[in-house]
Amino acid sequence: MAYEPSDRTGADDGADALALKILVAGGFGVGKTTLVGSVSEIRPLRTEETLSRAGELVDDTGGVDRKTTTTVAMDFGRITIRAGLSLYLFGTPGQDRFWFLWDELSQGALGAVVLADTRRLEDCFPAVDYFEHRKIPFVVAVNCFEGARSYREQEVSRALDLDQGTPVVLCDARDRDSGKEVLVRVVEYAGRMHTARHLDTVG
Amino acid sequence: MNDTHGDGPGGPPAPDSRWYDAEAGPLVRPYAMTGGRTRPGPGGERFDLIALVVADDDPPNPDEEAVLGPEHRDLLALCRAETRSVAELSADADLPVGVVRVLLGDLLESGFLRVSRPVPPAQLPDARILREVIDGLRAL
Repeated sequence: MAYEPSDRTGADDGADALALKILVAGGFGVGKTTLVGSVSEIRPLRTEETLSRAGELVDDTGGVDRKTTTTVAMDFGRITIRAGLSLYLFGTPGQDRFWFLWDELSQGALGAVVLADTRRLEDCFPAVDYFEHRKIPFVVAVNCFEGARSYREQEVSRALDLDQGTPVVLCDARDRDSGKEVLVRVVEYAGRMHTARHLDTVG
Repeated sequence: MNDTHGDGPGGPPAPDSRWYDAEAGPLVRPYAMTGGRTRPGPGGERFDLIALVVADDDPPNPDEEAVLGPEHRDLLALCRAETRSVAELSADADLPVGVVRVLLGDLLESGFLRVSRPVPPAQLPDARILREVIDGLRAL
């Protein structure tokens, strides 16, 4: 039978284990898989979701380079904090037509990272919109590619028209420490948002 | 293929695998393994991608294991080796998530597995757990 962890103290046998989920979103080629790989303790795994809703595919005529396919791959990684507490990272599929998968992925997510490349900032607009509308806490992590002009956090924040308080961090997706820091910011921000909402409902 | 027989243009085609390779995709349609079912059985369990699956050491009808299909058994073996998330099981068994969900539903119904659901969004983990996660990440 399915059940939730009823007692969080000393809950470290498998069935009482707690798993948290952080999504990694952003445009194609912005470094999502790289980020997942740099912080994950397992090599990034791929899982495939078979599309049983064929209709989802029909109305997309947007690009010639898009393959017609019946499966979509998702990259994911895992970080074990301790026995019974682990963090899973999911790279969201880049193509728009897989939005419905995002709905599933984002359900119960602690928070999200929107990876951005300042040379193509518009690529991350859909992800920003998505998380803002669903009130999922997210941070924007600017992946600092070599050769790209560097911007300050405030400039990126303004360019993306982010809600006040949404953190922007500069990072190098290839670097483990940098990736870890991005995740720390997500967890901190998610905690703050959650507390604020809790106070809202109480008071 | 380096077979020595087919060296002329009129040579007979090698009888083996020239018609397909990894690029051709799976040779068995995914939902053939589930008997055409695309959703888990009557229990209606909807497995989250990060739901953690554990093998039950003491299943109610252990004899039923003998009649399980090969994919069911593969999944069960993976769960016995280590608690895994649905996403990991899908990757490790090399099966699409949708198929894995149906097969896990069968195993859950026959009592071979236990599943832990992730925390629903309305009750995100308390500050203490988040602190632990942050400290854990920094210590990696």
